Amino acid sequence: MTTDKTQPSAVRKAEAGAPAPRTTLLRALTAAGGAAAVVSTFLAWTWTAEFPGDLTVYGYPGGLQLLTLVLGIATGVFALAALDLKGLRWLTPSGSTQALRMLALGTFAVTWFTVIAIAVDLDGLVNLEPGGWIAAVVTAAPVATTFLLPDDSRPLRRPEKLPSWAEILIIAAVFAIGLYVVNYGIQTDADHPEPFLGYLIAVGFAAVALVKAGLISRISELTSSYRSVTLVAALITAIVFPFFQDKSSFTELGVNIAIFATVALGLNIVVGLAGLLDLGYVAFLGVGAYTAALVSGSTASTLDVKFPFWAAVITGGVVSLIFGVIIGAPTLRLRGDYLAIVTLGFGEIFRLAMLNLDGTSGPSVTNGPDGIPNIPPLEIFGFNFNDDHSVGGLTLDSNGNYYLLMLLVTVLVVLIFSRAGNSRIGRAWVAIREDETAATAMGINGFRVKLIAFALGATLAGVAGAVWAHFQSTVVPEQYVFAGPVPPNSTFLVAAVILGGMGTIGGPLLGATLLYLIPKKLEFLQDYQLLAFGIALILLMRFRPEGIVPNRRQQLEYHETGQLDVPGATGLKDSAVGVTKAEA
Amino acid sequence: MTTTTTSPVLTATGVTMRFGGLTAVQAVDLDVHPGEIVGLIGPNGAGKTTFFNCLTGLYVPTEGSVAYRGTVLPPKPHLVTQAGIARTFQNIRLFANMTVLENVLVGRHTRTKEGLWSALLRGPGFKRAEAASKARAMELLEFTGLADKADHLSRNLPYGEQRKLEIARALASDPGLLLLDEPTAGMNPQETRATEELVFAIRDLGTAVLVIEHDMRFIFNLCDRVAVLVQGQKLVEGTSEVVQSDERVIAAYLGTPFEGAPGAEEAAEVEAAEAGATTGATGGATQDEAQRGTTARTEDGQ
Repeated sequence: MTTDKTQPSAVRKAEAGAPAPRTTLLRALTAAGGAAAVVSTFLAWTWTAEFPGDLTVYGYPGGLQLLTLVLGIATGVFALAALDLKGLRWLTPSGSTQALRMLALGTFAVTWFTVIAIAVDLDGLVNLEPGGWIAAVVTAAPVATTFLLPDDSRPLRRPEKLPSWAEILIIAAVFAIGLYVVNYGIQTDADHPEPFLGYLIAVGFAAVALVKAGLISRISELTSSYRSVTLVAALITAIVFPFFQDKSSFTELGVNIAIFATVALGLNIVVGLAGLLDLGYVAFLGVGAYTAALVSGSTASTLDVKFPFWAAVITGGVVSLIFGVIIGAPTLRLRGDYLAIVTLGFGEIFRLAMLNLDGTSGPSVTNGPDGIPNIPPLEIFGFNFNDDHSVGGLTLDSNGNYYLLMLLVTVLVVLIFSRAGNSRIGRAWVAIREDETAATAMGINGFRVKLIAFALGATLAGVAGAVWAHFQSTVVPEQYVFAGPVPPNSTFLVAAVILGGMGTIGGPLLGATLLYLIPKKLEFLQDYQLLAFGIALILLMRFRPEGIVPNRRQQLEYHETGQLDVPGATGLKDSAVGVTKAEA
Repeated sequence: MTTTTTSPVLTATGVTMRFGGLTAVQAVDLDVHPGEIVGLIGPNGAGKTTFFNCLTGLYVPTEGSVAYRGTVLPPKPHLVTQAGIARTFQNIRLFANMTVLENVLVGRHTRTKEGLWSALLRGPGFKRAEAASKARAMELLEFTGLADKADHLSRNLPYGEQRKLEIARALASDPGLLLLDEPTAGMNPQETRATEELVFAIRDLGTAVLVIEHDMRFIFNLCDRVAVLVQGQKLVEGTSEVVQSDERVIAAYLGTPFEGAPGAEEAAEVEAAEAGATTGATGGATQDEAQRGTTARTEDGQ
């Protein structure tokens, strides 16, 4: 995004009082452009229904036109807010121009993407109806006008205090909108990539626009002052999700997201809080899954036992814990990158061991590459997880059942993360991450504290693995690789933590969701998925190294804060990483 | 702080630290008594910080032992802190991305014992301990004058306040002995004065202080006793006056004083001083002999 600072005097004028007439005109033009974009979506953009989504109808928008419609409305409304229309000013607490630019760019990008996709998919510009041309032109105009607007960024304006019921209502509305947006993305046509790509473009630009307008900061202020309300709202949102899915493939996406998000959050204790780079975390998921499969009573299991589900979960967690301690105890005494190398090795050893414990290369435990299939479906208090259940007229399918079960584990992990993180032991983890020498000089037993973090992370992965084994009803060694196109793999988990934001709860949840959902929806990329993934990570590290959901600490670490005098910052940062004792 | 004033809080006996062929600290003995402020001075590279690291368990001394209130300390930093010796660092080592309050709370680590389970279950005991820790931490921030910045990230504090915060964090472990490694480095005279007051206040709380410093005015105002470390060996130890007037100390820092006309007399003086410094470095019987003449309490280098 370009910050156009050619007219500092205009900026000052705009801040001082009445904006220059030219600014007012440009804002009005932008509003008109938004309105025109809205109108254009009611026209037909192409003549055939071959293009996904029905864009052939005059009179109402469809398919990708909906995205242009929504962004067009947003552009118009924000432009009116920029014109200081009464009742809309709350939309732009920290300035309107940059938000407008993003929205105009988003409208433009989505529309042009659609138009170009029509031309490419259907071979030729001839397939565009006049409506398509009109849309292309009218969405380009606001881009021009918003880039001529003076920048009016300002520090967050404190709005007057709303009554608390209103603030709670706002939180509820935000979660409802969020659920709708996520749902829309999940339910886009899986056979055609265009709707989902358009959705990604639209959501990306809209999200940046909301950040620039200062709305996101406002909302996070609200959510942090109503913590419990927010948590309940988030929980309700997550619980109602499977009831509104009409295809089992959508609820399956939901279960997988829940599982991977939970595992990523468990990894965040190890990586984000204690600063231990664990590159073989997926192996602990595997340990839990294999353990649960072996004691599940599956016909293919070499153990002839059938534990109840709760016992299988505990067994999975405990065996993972034991492996965590075995791996951690010798390596956590060392500093630096040894742990990364050892865990990387452990991840591969686990997979190879599972492959070879087949009765020919080694003792017969895991059936080698065939894995352990036919894990019987869960049944808790007569509630069979493989049957559909109807609650108040809404059907919950098999995946939905597992989704809700997994959600329970997610809540447990969130609880563990927030409670452990905000305590004596959590502070010790962060202190170790920040500067191990200073931490030990403060009386922290580095080895012990690190081992607790590592073992806790392993246990949580084991618990999640036990649930996952039952959901998949089969475990095979090839699921637990270091890197691969299909999650879970260790790279995926570490990337989810880093992408989302280390040390936060929301970060890994969001990171895992994005990293799972986007490749799933863009399967046409096939072999290029990993390439795209790599490029995305590089871009992220360049532009937002603290992750999507920044920890307050990291936000301050990576960006200048405006606070004066940050002495020795580089020295402190240097010494925080892998120091030798000699530097003490 | 129940022990009698006669028994020292810190007894370092024959502490020697060798890095391969280099002897950084050689057979240094040092006692610190309760309620005392002891200074440790010496030219750059004399081994002061290395000696500190030996005391706090960051280094395992090649020879010699360190005892706190009569108990020999294991060379593990966290056990040393637990026993009651806290320290600050020469190059500030705060937890940069934690808040000021959190930094001090980390310092409370050894004086609290809530583990993972109590953190997860959040029983009344946990909440009480957490509240008590916070109260004590705020008390210390009040004491060092940082209370109004409790929620700032420590990396955003100005330099002088980072130094203060390091001291507050060290005090959080309720130490019987506080080791300060160049607490006024890079400070202006006002800040140095304030630090001086702070160290006196700490002493008045009943904590003995051992301080490394290059600012001589600061050291001589502050310290009851000063030990001089030159090339890894303790050259002299005594009150400010004794140390200040000891010509070997002056020689170690400055060479010999230049008074009167340069000439044969001057050259002889230089030679004498150099001879003194050399013997000081090599140790042994000659040094012993040289020191017997002074009123200072000196240790030989055996």
